[in-house]
Amino acid sequence: MHFGPHLLLAALEGLVTSAVLALTALGLSLVFGVMRIVNVAHGEFFMLGAVLAWAISTAISGHPAIGFVAALVIAPLLVGLVAFLAEWLVLRRLNYNPESTIVATIGMLYIIQQLALTFYGPEARPVEPPFSYRILLPWFGYSGYKLSVVAASAILLVITWLVLTRTRIGLIMRATQYDRETAQAFGIPVERVYAGVFAVGAMLAAIAAVLIVPISQAHYLMGQDPLLLSFIVVIIGGLGSLRGTVVAAVLIGLSDGIVSMFFSPTLAKIIATLVVAMVLVFRPQGLFGTAPR
Amino acid sequence: MADKNGFFDLSKTTLSRRTALKGMAAGAGLALAPGFVRYSQAQSSAPIKIGFQSHRTGIGAAYGRWYERTSAAAVKAINDAGGISGRPVELVIEDDGTDPARGAEVVAKFAKQHKTDIVFGTLFSHVVIGSAPAAGENKIPYFVVSEGHHVASTKLNRYVFQPGITDVKSQIQAMAPWIAANAGKKVTQIFPDFAFGYDHRDYLPPALKAQGADVIAQIAIPPTESSFTKYFPQIPAETEVIYHVMVGPAVLTFVKELGEFYGSQRPQLFGFIDSLEAVDINSPGLEFLDGSHFWEGSPRYAQPDDSAAQKAYRAAVGIDDNGAAVGDPKDVSTAAHMFGCWETLYVVKKAMEDAGYKGPEDRAKLVEATEALKEFAEGPEHPQGPKTFNGKIHQCFGIQNISKVEGGKLKVVHKTKIEDGLYEPEGDYTTQAL
Repeated sequence: MHFGPHLLLAALEGLVTSAVLALTALGLSLVFGVMRIVNVAHGEFFMLGAVLAWAISTAISGHPAIGFVAALVIAPLLVGLVAFLAEWLVLRRLNYNPESTIVATIGMLYIIQQLALTFYGPEARPVEPPFSYRILLPWFGYSGYKLSVVAASAILLVITWLVLTRTRIGLIMRATQYDRETAQAFGIPVERVYAGVFAVGAMLAAIAAVLIVPISQAHYLMGQDPLLLSFIVVIIGGLGSLRGTVVAAVLIGLSDGIVSMFFSPTLAKIIATLVVAMVLVFRPQGLFGTAPR
Repeated sequence: MADKNGFFDLSKTTLSRRTALKGMAAGAGLALAPGFVRYSQAQSSAPIKIGFQSHRTGIGAAYGRWYERTSAAAVKAINDAGGISGRPVELVIEDDGTDPARGAEVVAKFAKQHKTDIVFGTLFSHVVIGSAPAAGENKIPYFVVSEGHHVASTKLNRYVFQPGITDVKSQIQAMAPWIAANAGKKVTQIFPDFAFGYDHRDYLPPALKAQGADVIAQIAIPPTESSFTKYFPQIPAETEVIYHVMVGPAVLTFVKELGEFYGSQRPQLFGFIDSLEAVDINSPGLEFLDGSHFWEGSPRYAQPDDSAAQKAYRAAVGIDDNGAAVGDPKDVSTAAHMFGCWETLYVVKKAMEDAGYKGPEDRAKLVEATEALKEFAEGPEHPQGPKTFNGKIHQCFGIQNISKVEGGKLKVVHKTKIEDGLYEPEGDYTTQAL
């Protein structure tokens, strides 16, 4: 294959990776930004979203699009509920202590993963895409659904940005992020905000998973890679910065697509990790993060 | 007077004649009940303990579950027929997480803590290679059902055996003539970037060369990869056959993305069913495989010419005509491999009985008795087909099936002969000290 089409394919693949990564990492970034909690179980909320999407779409008969849309609505809500309960049962009892919550979320990771293995099983199971249109380019074919994932992710990111910057809820969240104690003094129910943010963070991961599950399958170990990549994105972009997260996700996704296609996937991972190390050395707050006061 | 009612008065609690009779009757009833086998001819009726190193979690979990089901069915069949040398067989299961480091720990645990007689049942080649030294150190026979060439390469040690499933080198050699004659001469290989894939990488090119065909590209993919489109541009345009062997949970994605990439104008496809073990061939996105060919150790779908032994085996393990669990059509089995567990357990039975095996002190005798085995006849104990066994390289050789995807089923179109897969031994385990 010639260089041009080859690069196009690499870029397309990279964009799909970026789109899903941006949503997942945004959830992680939000939780860290507002709550100052490193949520190690974030990848498992992603996995849970995919597994629930499979369960919902197989329970609903008829055109695959109906099942998919149902999954896109119901699965994130259920995952949000699980996260809400986890926040209420575990994180709140630990007073959001940074060290304890890391250990607690590691525990959640294993609990969710093993429950999925027990009740869902070890198989990778497919979800039918809502439509299967194959875009025929002169050099190769490409999945139309994959491109729609990019579009859907972009729309969701814009919505999240609007909510954060234009609504009262967003204002409350930003206030809590900026200064928890002052926010509390102004009558903001910080604990309720925390619970909400934790649930929303998990829901974003779940949405990303529902979008990706017709491309790759639902599997109980699928949360590990997104977790690692999300951390990389969040560190590069700056914890708690929406803009940084999106930019870093596009950067990592595209470089992953292009480097792994022209060189090797291992090299792509090496480069991503190296970038993280460099960012941590020269700009610890991340590209768009603000230095802690 | 504290003990007014005589609760602590022993004279009042002695066994009455009536109670004793009741107990004896119950015991006799139990002994006569169906399913109760008396192991009378055994000097010791303590069970033979088989340590089962199972991939319960990790990327091999789907295989692990079916390996457990098949082994449990085989153990039940063996016990119903009187056990091994009259002793019952018991499986002791430990999860290795499909991880080589944990695999080695599990083998040591079987040897030292559970004190099992042998270790059995591993599939993934990296786990076998990681665990084999532990088996050698603990001098515990280790019967794997892995399909990899590592046992037969004689690079492991004298305690490792693979008597239930043919190794990859032999499989490839047996099938290469069919591939060259029916699929195409210019072959691109796609394989996982670890031991099992390297067997394919190393043995397919010479086997095809001998048939006048060539491997024109080899593409290694990391086993944890979840998206594959980025590898497809490496497939040369003149490729006539794509030979694919993938493992792990992402194989469905692999096939789907291959379908999106090529559409209907695809090269011929020849794959190892490893790619789709435990996966329904009629899953959305797999329509692309229609008309392509697969290697199968033992056919997933019931075939018209199935032997009575094959039918009995399928019933015992609990798979229907489509190779899925009876009662759950979505729970698809790993039929192409798991027969190896059944057959290996019968080989263990035969070797233990030949050796007059009594306990762990006889492990060396068991190794020698296994090495002395020559062939296994097709039948209830070996439902996949007849096999020969080479005691020097601890490897069996059987027939292979090439199946075509047709109408949502896999139909066997070619069976190789045992002779097709024989090769010169690369070494001799029997020269190693026990």
